[in-house]
Amino acid sequence: MSDGAFELRDVGGPSALGGGWRRSFELLYLIAVTEFKRTYFGTALGYLWSVCRPLLLFGVLLAVFTQAFHLGSNVPHYPELLLFNIVLFTFFQEATGSAVSSIVSQEAIVRKTQFPRLVIPLAVVLTAMFNLVLNLLVVFVFLLSFGVDPMWTWLLLPVVILLLFVITTAVSMIVSSLYPRFRDVGIIWTVMATALFYATPVLYPIEQVSAPLRHVIAFNPLAPLFELARKWVVDPNAPGPASDIAGGPVRLAAAMVIYATICVLAVWIFNREAPRIAEEL
Amino acid sequence: MTELAALEERRVQVATAPVVIEARGVHKTFRIPQHRVDSLKERATHPFARQEYRELQALRDISFDVHKGEFFGIVGRNGSGKSTLLKILSSIYRADAGRVRMAGRLAPFIELGVGFNPELTSRENVVLNGVLMGLSQREARRRLDAVLEFAGLEEFADLKLKNYSSGMMVRLAFAVMVEADADIMLIDEVLAVGDASFAQKCMDVFREKRRAGKTLVLVTHDMATVQGFCDRAMMIHDGELQYIGDPEEAALRYYRINFAEADGADAGPQPGGVPDVNARLVDAWLENEAGERVDNIEQGEPIGFNVVVEARQELVNPVFAFHFLNADGVQVFGLNRGLEGTDRVPARERVRVSGRIENPLLPGRYFVNCWISRNRAQGDLALHVMRLLDFVVYGTRPGPGSVSVESDVTAVVEKRDDR
Repeated sequence: MSDGAFELRDVGGPSALGGGWRRSFELLYLIAVTEFKRTYFGTALGYLWSVCRPLLLFGVLLAVFTQAFHLGSNVPHYPELLLFNIVLFTFFQEATGSAVSSIVSQEAIVRKTQFPRLVIPLAVVLTAMFNLVLNLLVVFVFLLSFGVDPMWTWLLLPVVILLLFVITTAVSMIVSSLYPRFRDVGIIWTVMATALFYATPVLYPIEQVSAPLRHVIAFNPLAPLFELARKWVVDPNAPGPASDIAGGPVRLAAAMVIYATICVLAVWIFNREAPRIAEEL
Repeated sequence: MTELAALEERRVQVATAPVVIEARGVHKTFRIPQHRVDSLKERATHPFARQEYRELQALRDISFDVHKGEFFGIVGRNGSGKSTLLKILSSIYRADAGRVRMAGRLAPFIELGVGFNPELTSRENVVLNGVLMGLSQREARRRLDAVLEFAGLEEFADLKLKNYSSGMMVRLAFAVMVEADADIMLIDEVLAVGDASFAQKCMDVFREKRRAGKTLVLVTHDMATVQGFCDRAMMIHDGELQYIGDPEEAALRYYRINFAEADGADAGPQPGGVPDVNARLVDAWLENEAGERVDNIEQGEPIGFNVVVEARQELVNPVFAFHFLNADGVQVFGLNRGLEGTDRVPARERVRVSGRIENPLLPGRYFVNCWISRNRAQGDLALHVMRLLDFVVYGTRPGPGSVSVESDVTAVVEKRDDR
């Protein structure tokens, strides 16, 4: 044993990060994989569900909105756009939804072992991310077979995914670290996620919303992401997030500030709660 | 070299080894809400109602060092803060003040287990915990078989942990910790559970780890383990460090504090219903071989027995009887003594009953009840004291019953001539 191994190091109690990168990554991987297995354990179709679920939701919404409300009749590639949006939003909803109780459900390891606490919500987001990637493959098959022409801007999609990943992680950090102390975070978040679903241009394109409401939606930090995704992947002529229809550059800047604030808040809250989570369980 | 001398030498050796755990002024206070606010609604409806907390000082100014290769015991009653301390060392709780430094890889064994997820199979749990204890994933997988074999659970590798019995779970947890091969092991009460063969296995592991120069911090209620295994021990009471050093002394103090509290009001000698008009108890105590007054006796060490009684009235032909009882109140043995050289004690004179008693008692708690009768012929009781003495025999060789006896009983295979 080298002398280096016996250098005294500070033991500062549990934290959000810290404790070696290699170990954190391996833990992340192990927890994500076991979470994934657990989700689909005992279901006949197993993993297929993660692809089927957004498709089924898509079927229902498509029927309702094209047949009953005739919403998408003058929107180019409305069904493709709807499916794409649903897949993106499902990622956000699934990740944040299971993040809420993630730390509590990993109680045993939180109470008995030391490891960077951030690993748990991050593992949940990564599991959802894995589903997202597989679902996107289905989406692109769908896009091509329904006549959306391939565009070079498809290559920009990872930028949107990354931005979505960051905000999803931030929200997951907030809800997962507050839940052990305030159990009503679970209920509040279910309602908020539903509200966000309607406040984000998932079902409708932004230009179809009447003016005052559209300006409210513009503050939603998720909205510009969906507008970007639409412009880059489905319809290059769609209004981008900076266009006046979508709210203009000022409101886009406001949305960006909100986005950044949520991220900073997430780091602050998680860092504050992480050392005491084991005591609250 | 005798066993004791070897132990002594080891203790000296370890004391000069480098420090691997250093705690300085560790404080921990838990705030226990008087009325727990679990929902935001309560916060929202009473925004200015101050949350009332009861402060529980779990640890106060704890400082100590543990050296490399040392076996360090932490003893204390339930709720004394020892488990909290272990959680701070394991980085599960954060200390409010003070500093803890540690060198080397750590394997904690907290609340009878490691971080098991009941929904996962034992295979998955073993790998996950290996990584939690600092192994690489590949290394954790490589040691999987060794872990399952140690726990004797090879056939149950793919069973979800929620289907395990609690004994199986503890065995698996212990196996994970042992095979993690960490430099420092922090163990909370492993010996309190499991059957005798598991306890034996734990002991074997401890011996082996000790030879391998691993450091072990052990929280336990089993003083025999502390005395038999630990190089040093620490006693915590109500969150304060009361003693650190010799394990025997730590164990003794633990016993003292434990029995003092357990007895409560009825501690100490009790008059047995006979008014002390004829005789009065002056003093009663035990001595060790060195002639020092002690409260507890080591297993095998002769008991120096001393009682001083004062006669208030003249005692004619008195008999002094002492009954030794075990903790269950069963009489183990007794002594009856008449006066030497004379047959009467004048009033206001003192009688000293003392001597050396062979000590065949097994570890445990014992009492001495005392009867003094005034007249041997009439059996007229002059003094009756319940719990005249209350002591503990401590040691590492427990056994069935209350006493160990010398014997030359052996078991051999009989020779047969008809071969």
